[in-house]
Order: sequence, then C-alpha cells, then structure tokens
Amino acid sequence: MTLKTEPFVINLGPMHPSTHGVFRMRLTLDGEVVVDVEPVFGYLHRGLEKLAESRTYKQNFPYTDRLDYVSSMSNGMAYAMAVEKLAGIRVPERAEYIRVIMAELQRIASHLLAVGSFTNDLGTFFTPFMYMFREREKIVDLFEMVSGQRLLYNYMRFGGVSQDLPDEFLPALEKLVRTMPGYIDEYDQLLAENEVLLARSKGVGVLPRDMAINYSASGPVLRASGVEWDVRKADPYSIYDRFEFKIPTAQNGDCYDRYRVRIAEMRQSLRIIEQAMQQMPAGEIINKVPLRLRPPAGEAYARIESTKGELGFYLVSDGSDKPYRFHVRAPSLINLTALRQMVIGCKLADVIAVFGSIDICMGEVDR
Amino acid sequence: MATLPSVINAASNPLALAADWPGNFWLHLLVFTLVIIGFVFTTVVIFIWFERRLVGRFQIRLGPNRAGPFGLLQPVADVLKLLTKEGNTPKNGDKLLFWLAPMVAFTPVLLVFAVIPFWEGATLVDLDIGVVYIIAISSLSSIGIFMAGWASNNKYSLIGAMRDVGQLVSYEIPLVLSIAGVVLFSGSLSVGGVVAAQDIPFILLQPLAFAIYFMAGLAEINRCPFDMVEADSELISGYNIEFSGMKFAMLMLTEYSEAILLSVLVTTFFLGGWRGPWLPPVVWFIIKVVGVFFLIDWVRFTLMRLRIDQVMAFAWKFLLPLALINLVITGIEVVLLPDISPWLLMVINLAVMVFLILTWARMFKPGGKKVEA
Repeated sequence: MTLKTEPFVINLGPMHPSTHGVFRMRLTLDGEVVVDVEPVFGYLHRGLEKLAESRTYKQNFPYTDRLDYVSSMSNGMAYAMAVEKLAGIRVPERAEYIRVIMAELQRIASHLLAVGSFTNDLGTFFTPFMYMFREREKIVDLFEMVSGQRLLYNYMRFGGVSQDLPDEFLPALEKLVRTMPGYIDEYDQLLAENEVLLARSKGVGVLPRDMAINYSASGPVLRASGVEWDVRKADPYSIYDRFEFKIPTAQNGDCYDRYRVRIAEMRQSLRIIEQAMQQMPAGEIINKVPLRLRPPAGEAYARIESTKGELGFYLVSDGSDKPYRFHVRAPSLINLTALRQMVIGCKLADVIAVFGSIDICMGEVDR
Repeated sequence: MATLPSVINAASNPLALAADWPGNFWLHLLVFTLVIIGFVFTTVVIFIWFERRLVGRFQIRLGPNRAGPFGLLQPVADVLKLLTKEGNTPKNGDKLLFWLAPMVAFTPVLLVFAVIPFWEGATLVDLDIGVVYIIAISSLSSIGIFMAGWASNNKYSLIGAMRDVGQLVSYEIPLVLSIAGVVLFSGSLSVGGVVAAQDIPFILLQPLAFAIYFMAGLAEINRCPFDMVEADSELISGYNIEFSGMKFAMLMLTEYSEAILLSVLVTTFFLGGWRGPWLPPVVWFIIKVVGVFFLIDWVRFTLMRLRIDQVMAFAWKFLLPLALINLVITGIEVVLLPDISPWLLMVINLAVMVFLILTWARMFKPGGKKVEA
C-alpha cells in the first residue's frame, strides 16, 4: 500500500535564527526532502546604491561599512581604492601596509564568525562559536585601538587611513599573530575530525567546479570547489604582490571543504600579517586630498578579495562631487545565487548547513 | 547471580524502610506522592541553574550570576517571568488539545517516579513489574509532545512532532532490549530487585547495555545530539514554538524532568541506585543522578545535531544489532555460566563491548555515505 502524500511549502525566514539576518526561503518539502527552494531577497533593502548618488564621495564612506557589517575594513578599503582609481590619488607606502594588515585581520575575524556560526547551524549549542568569539574579540580590540569603533570602523580614507597606529597596537598585534596558530590548532582538534561534523557536512551541498564558475561564485565558496582563484593573486591590488602566501583550495565543494578552506585561509592571513609587520616602513599615512573631492568625469572599478569573495565597487563620475553611479559587486549576493543548485534534494537540516557554509551577510545581499 | 561478592555494601541497610513506612498504607501514599512531586520540582529548578552555570563554564563565560548568590535565584526569576506572561493560543489551532498537551506530556514523567527507590524501601510502590511499568509509561509523554505539535497548527511544530514520534518508535526497541540484559542479570522485574541485585553496579557487568541505554535514552528525551524535535537552528523550537506563559513552562518542565528521569533510571539500572559505602543512601542517589546529568549536558554542549535520517539509521543499524547481540551474550552467560567469577565476567563483557563497538563503527559510518531515507 502506498500512502498518498503531497509536498508542502514552508517559509524559512525572514525571522529565523539561522538565516543570518532577514533572508527568506520558500521551501517546498516532500516530508523532510527539499523539492524546491525559492529565495526571497529584499527584507534589508535600504536603497544604498541610490542613496549614494545624492551624497558626496566622502559622505558615502560610512555607508560602505554597513554593507557587510562583519567586514567593514575590507569594504572601506575597496571603496577607497575605487575612488583613488577614479581621481588618481596615490597612497603612501605605510598606509598600504596598514590597509593590508587591517584587511587580513578582518578576514580572520570574519572567518571565525563564519565557522562559528556554521557549527551553530549544525546544532552545537554555541560552544565552538564562543571559542571563536574569544579570538575575534582580540581582533576587535585591535580595531578599537586604531579606529575607536568595534563594528563599523570607518577607518580608511581616500589616499590613506584616518589615523596612524597607536603605540600599543604593534605589540598587541605581534602577540595575536604569535598565539593565533595555537588557537586555530585548538579548533582543528575540537572540530576537524568530529564524526558528527563529518556526517553532517561531507557530501552535503556540493557545488561542482564548473557550476561554481558558471554561477561566478568567488571567495571560499569557489576555492572549495577546486578553483584556485583569488583576487589577491589573480589581479594583485595594493601591495599584495610583495607577500608570500598560498591560496588554499579543496576538491569536493561541499560544506566540509568550505569550512576547511576558511580555516586554512586564516593561517595564510596570519602569514601575510607577519610579513607586513616586518616590512612596514615609517612615514606618512595619508596623502593630501581636497576636502570636496571632484574626480574627473569617467568610470572606475576596483575589486578586492573581501572576506566572502570578490568585492567590487563600480563608480561613474560626471565631474561633480557626487558619484553619478555607485554600484557594489557584492560577493554574498552572487554566492547566494548558487544556493538552489546546492540544496535541492537535501534534507531540511542540510538547507541550514549549506546556507551557513556559504557565509553570507544580509547587509551586503540586499544593500 | 547469587555468587556476586558485595563490593558496595550489604543489601540489608539499617536505614531501610518498611513497605508502608509511616505505618499506614494511605499515609505512605500521601507522603511519597509529596516526596516525588517535591523531588521533581526542586531538582528541575536546581538542575536548570546547574545546567546554565555549567554551559557557562563549557563556553568560557560566566553564566547567570546576577539573581542571588551565584545566580541561584535565576530559575525563580525565569518562572516568575513565565507566570506573568500571556498564554497565547493560536487562532486556528486545536484549542482543547493545545490546552491538554503540556499536562499529557508532563504527567507520565511524574508517574514513572512512583517505582523509583530513593533508598531501600523508600519508594511509592515497589511493583513486581516495575521495569515494564517504566518502559510503558515513560514513552507516553511523546503523545503529549505530538499533541502539542499538532494542536499548534504550525508547520514547524508539526515537523518537530512527527520527528518525535518517528524517533520514539525507533529508539524504544534498543532501549527495551538493553534493559532486558539488566533484567536477565538481576532476575527480577521489580526496580527494587534490580537495585538489590547490584552488589556490583551493572555498568561494570553490562557496559554495552549501559552505552546503548544512555544513547537511546538521549534520543527518547530529545536531547542533543538527537534533539530533532526542537532543533533550534532548523525548526527554531519545534513542537513548543507556539506555546507561551505557563503552558510553555510546563513543556520546559517536561523536558527537564525527562532529563532527570533519564539520570535517575541510569542510576537505578546501572549505577547501583541508592547503594554506596559510608554516605547515607539518598546522598549516593543524588550524587549519581547529578553525575549522569552532567554527562548528558556534556554531550549536549559538545556535539552537533545529527540529521533525521542519520538519527534513524543510528537506531536501526547501530544500536539495535548491538542490543540484540548484547541480549544473546547476556543470556548465554546467565544460563551457561552461572558460577563464573564476576570479575572475569566484567573483563569479558568489557572486551565484548569494545570489540563490537569498534567493529560496528567501522561498518557503519554516518559520514561515510549518504544514508537514503
């Protein structure tokens, strides 16, 4: 005898603890198996790109922090680079090093959050999350030293950074770089070979290599699918060509690989910070830039390897002090488009795991 | 197994109570009903505090420390808050079932305590079929949970409720089979008899049964890593998502009293119940219960949640065969080797457990291949 069954629709979100903000998925379930998924965006839409057109270049700076609010430093760096390209502003050597250090610290902080909340999505009761927040706290303390803020730093400026490093910064950073590998080892001991983690994340949410490229995914999502592509190497910006580091990749493109790639990237970021600390010269931290910046008419696109993938700012200037067009290429949004590919056929619990492993930030998805 | 030497203490305890202790049958009933209700409610309150402090330590933070010394009044504050909250009933839900569900869920848990001996003779009623009674009654609270999920008229609750029933049906079998080993050894279906037979705690003689019982019990009471019913990160809170106020408090009470029940049952069946040297029996009982509760929490705060198909596969492919093998081995030992030294038996059973678990873990990998539903 076969029972008559019918699929039913369940709204996952927008108010759901595991949607990392306000994202909604209309899931069609056949029992526990996902038959269809329809992502619904826009609950956090603030009209940021349009808003930016009525603000001066400088006034737009704080808005960029609010895009991906867990990696504000990277956002500021990308926006500053775009405007510098547009207006032809040069950046002093020391400022470049400070920017790189900040961006890499931000990458570690963001990956800690990503891995921590990924394990949360798998159902640990916040324990790994809290362990990772212990270290994220130290990085946030460093950011507080230089910028006075703990979440939205607003630290980058056109032609440099807003303040020089305070005296206590470098010793604290040195201590962090020295101790951090031990902490990463600790996470590996606790998580990497955990049977339940393997069971829940291996072979779940597979994004094959060619699909990852077709979806134009970037960041850890792309690298976990076996594509060795990183803006820092593929199109070196700032001073990244001076550092030695590897691009960690994995082969299977499942949730476990994405987690492993993030862990490996943290170690590489530490390597970069270490080299930057040794090479950092003394000198100016900011070049003089007119108070009311009027870039010549034209357009510019600057991209960086943000914590979640390729973050690009596309700016068009008509010669006035406000951008004519302000567009963000948000890695979270573009990585999220691959969600459907990954979750169809999974169980309900896997949807959450896959969603967590993509590591999105709704502030960036909806803008 | 009359030949077992007494390693804990003699079964004849000076503190032993007569079967109708204060002298009258009705008085006995009254006193022990109050004792059980008091025990369950106070331990729930204390264990909630204990768990929250403990999870603070696990997660390198402090845990509640504002209300009273060491945050001891935190559960009181929680209960007061819940008491003052509005009890909301979903508009299109089944109002009668919604009202009934918390009570249906909680009552069976309380009923099971009727046969638990707190020390010798200190039990409401020592049924001759106490073990069967426990098995029969303790699974009833799932009906309440299913009622709660159904009556809420919420898809998340319904998924949680359906998971609960599926899980109960699967895990009841290894659970019962593992207790069967204990019953075979003690030769008695009465809970008092099982405790009296434990001159050596059964955790040493029946290590495999203990492991199976503990894991299946975790699944029965929906604790991590088998907390499919609640699944914070997927179903938000599962079956109790629509509940508020005192109805929610009752469901929470059910959940924690079930955890305490599991600790009490593990203590009674495997750790020798109230028996122990030097200290008064009831102190031993409480120490063991707290120890098992600590173990439950340890698992909860360390492990991730399994997926529903993996949970099911774990019951049918891992626990059930092991429980059957354990039952057969125990039967052979009891029938063919009645006079064997218990120390030798201990070594044999421990070796059997290690061998079986390692073999099965090699054959059955939850992460190795995708398990089809």
